[in-house]
Amino acid sequence: MLRFVVRRLVGMVFVLFAVSVLVFVIFNIAPTNPAQRIAGKNATPQLVASIEKEWDLDKPLPTQYVTMMKKIFTGELISYEGRENVNDRIVEGIPATVSLCIGAAVIWMFFGVLFGYLSAIRAGGWLDTSLTVLAVAGISMPVFWLAAIFLNYLCYKAGIFPSGGYVEITSNPLDWASHLIVPWVTLAILYAGFYSRVLRSNMLDAMNEDYVRTARAKGLSERRVMSRHVLRNSLIPIVTLFGLDFGALLGGAILIEAIFSLSGIGEYGYQALINSDLPPIMAITLFGAFFIVLFNTLVDIAYAYLDPRIRLGTEAP
Amino acid sequence: MSGESLLEVTDLVKHFPVKRGILIDREVDQVRAVDGVSFTVARGETLGLVGESGSGKSTACRAVLQLLKPTSGSVKFEGREIAGLGRRQMRPLRREMQMIFQDPYASLNPRKRVGQIVGDPLRRQKIASGSELRQRVQELLERVGLSSEHYNRYPHEFSGGQRQRIGIARALSLKPKLVICDEPVSALDVSIQAQIINLLDDLQDELGLAYLFVAHDIGVVRHISDRIAVMHDGKIVEQGSADQVCEQPKDDYTKKLLAAVPIPDPRESRERAASG
Amino acid sequence: MNGGAPLLSVSDLRVGFVTEAGRVQAVDGVSFELRPGEVLAIVGESGSGKSVTAQTIMGLTRSKNSRIEGSVKLDGEELTGADEAHLREVRGERIGMIFQDPMTSFNPVYKVGDQIVEAIRAHRDLSRAESHQRAIALLDSVGIPNAAQRVDAYPHEFSGGMRQRAMIAMALSLEPDVLIADEPTTALDVTVQAQILRLLEDLNRERGLATILITHDLGVVAEVADRVLVMYAGRVVEEGTLDEIFYDPQHPYTWGLMGSLTRLDRPRPHRLPQIAGSPPSLLELPQGCHFRPRCPHEFSKCPQNPELEARLPEVPGHCDRCWLTPEQKREKRQVEGQIGLEAPS
Repeated sequence: MLRFVVRRLVGMVFVLFAVSVLVFVIFNIAPTNPAQRIAGKNATPQLVASIEKEWDLDKPLPTQYVTMMKKIFTGELISYEGRENVNDRIVEGIPATVSLCIGAAVIWMFFGVLFGYLSAIRAGGWLDTSLTVLAVAGISMPVFWLAAIFLNYLCYKAGIFPSGGYVEITSNPLDWASHLIVPWVTLAILYAGFYSRVLRSNMLDAMNEDYVRTARAKGLSERRVMSRHVLRNSLIPIVTLFGLDFGALLGGAILIEAIFSLSGIGEYGYQALINSDLPPIMAITLFGAFFIVLFNTLVDIAYAYLDPRIRLGTEAP
Repeated sequence: MSGESLLEVTDLVKHFPVKRGILIDREVDQVRAVDGVSFTVARGETLGLVGESGSGKSTACRAVLQLLKPTSGSVKFEGREIAGLGRRQMRPLRREMQMIFQDPYASLNPRKRVGQIVGDPLRRQKIASGSELRQRVQELLERVGLSSEHYNRYPHEFSGGQRQRIGIARALSLKPKLVICDEPVSALDVSIQAQIINLLDDLQDELGLAYLFVAHDIGVVRHISDRIAVMHDGKIVEQGSADQVCEQPKDDYTKKLLAAVPIPDPRESRERAASG
Repeated sequence: MNGGAPLLSVSDLRVGFVTEAGRVQAVDGVSFELRPGEVLAIVGESGSGKSVTAQTIMGLTRSKNSRIEGSVKLDGEELTGADEAHLREVRGERIGMIFQDPMTSFNPVYKVGDQIVEAIRAHRDLSRAESHQRAIALLDSVGIPNAAQRVDAYPHEFSGGMRQRAMIAMALSLEPDVLIADEPTTALDVTVQAQILRLLEDLNRERGLATILITHDLGVVAEVADRVLVMYAGRVVEEGTLDEIFYDPQHPYTWGLMGSLTRLDRPRPHRLPQIAGSPPSLLELPQGCHFRPRCPHEFSKCPQNPELEARLPEVPGHCDRCWLTPEQKREKRQVEGQIGLEAPS
């Protein structure tokens, strides 16, 4: 186990390094001139030059890269646009993003597992068919379109929910929830549909396994056979999927946050992209990459815990 | 039946490393799958390799065919050393040495038609193509007891025994001198096993094939083999003519193996139980 | 060995399945009795219906695609129409079952001990601790060393033979009167098979455990069975005591099975007598005797469905489904001095 974790940590360092270099290179290939943008319109060449000096934009690229990396880790990174401290802004955005992700996750896991389970035990029947249609619809509807529809009808027209913005949970829990319900549901629909399909499929496979036959032959009740044997084994891939999806989501659900004006990391990233603002782009990308690698590792560890046949870090001959 | 050695295996070893280490893998142990085996197969003869699971017999076959690189030892085919040869060098030799596998359901590509499966070796070795290829494949199908009409069918349309025949046809397409049979009948129904064994016997008489016949069922091995080698834990513990090994076993493991085979005769079985 | 009323009584059992390809009659009128302490072997190949028969006894083949007719009586009590709740009580408690592949028959994510505990607590009101102790005792009783440690191991941590022993322990954890063993040794090495057979024999002898042993291996049958049922394409084609079947077989399929065996106790034949053709598809069965297409002795009466009857005057328990006369059978079954099936000319 130790071996496994150490290797993954080393791997993470390499991944983050590679990601950072890639982002840096891509940004610098694009034909933008940050100094120009910072200077704004009607900037004189002298102003641009002095800005370049101030921001180290006249130094060779590798040097710029190293400086930027240093600043990220010391918390001194300043964005081009608005000259804000990037790390501070990211920290400010965490509550909104985390609230969004966790809430959506709870909803999608609940409905995904419930619908998948019901579909599987009543496979072929009308319940299964209806739930399948729902699931496929959920998967097919584009998130941005769904968000726009909900925003328009539920928030503007019907006024049931506020149309965007984020409220701290500590200030007003009810308000916090009402601002997040529509984003939660929008985000969850896609995943719930997908997860219910996956669970259904896994359960149908598991029901044909020999050990399920043994369980019945022992005289176990059908409910026990379904929950302790079929469901338990079918949930393993779901858990791993969840880990990966959630990890990726933490990096910022850009679309949802932008549409609903939730001032989270995703929205910050969106703004940074529009403004070609490298420092926040770099920081947010690394932030996202970190969580993806972290959750990947956690998922592998969880898998070994859930399925005793897997032993981490050992090679079979 | 006898002749100069077609295949000569000397001190064949295949170890699989077990690696450990925090950051860098270090070999801490080895799985000694094949731990120094030596045997020969003469032209037109059948050597039976019998052993239980984990004895290393399947690994030995793959190491002989260079599907796995031997850790050490010598494998000579028609006097020429082939141990450690790379893929390119082995390619012309593949015509001479072929293999039949255990699982008739897994060893045929389900997406290919039978004609394609049997004809592929000929096509790849650029021996025939077009209508000549088709004709040769149909001849092969008939020779193994199938019909030339089966050319266009898919594997899933056939029973286990028929699929095994397809596998045999494929192995024979290149007119090999040696065919390694890795548990060719274990996955088949008993009544079909006899058919396949008889087919292999007939083909041997017709084509002068040599067989390395690997199985865990010593009764079947005894029936088809001229000589038998008994494998246990990666080593050959006894070797000799089929009758000798089965009737006058010298090694304890061989004796244990023979004693464990149930006799389909109630009286003898009762006697054996009473005395042993 | 036996005596008294039959423990299990199967009468004209028929099991049909609706599949995509059509309706399949997997079991076509099977009847037999199992007495206390008896070992009954059911011999057959793929498509014979032996496994479906066994699973139907336990009610495991019930589904909306299956149709079950006939009667299965355990101690006089009818099982085929019984409700699920009652069948659940029977399973494990009165009839235990073990399957062919112990690796896939155990749930890989739970410890072996926990799975045995689960079986026990489904039927008895014992605490976890008590059940756990019982599980250890059970593992010990089937010859698993270090039972107290092994009880907490996972299935993949056992060797094949030990896994099968654990499976047997689990099936017997509630002390059923009947054990159904479906190909229990097919997936095992021959030396391990010998041990498992010995275990089954001991259990039968010491506890008077009535056993239905399903297998395709006549060697296994000869070692363990008291009576034998030979099945082909959903029907019983021959039934009798062990000696009757082995020394006086009456059905050509039985001759074929015996002839195609390799035997270590006899000199090697030049050629293995084989049965021509393959086991039939249950979708396309011939009229009358199902074995006709593969039988070299087919004659004019065969399209008429032969009933399973005792056709030998002094042997009422030995039944078969073949129209040939006993004299013809005695003559035709000799091939090169041994019992076998001649190839069709």
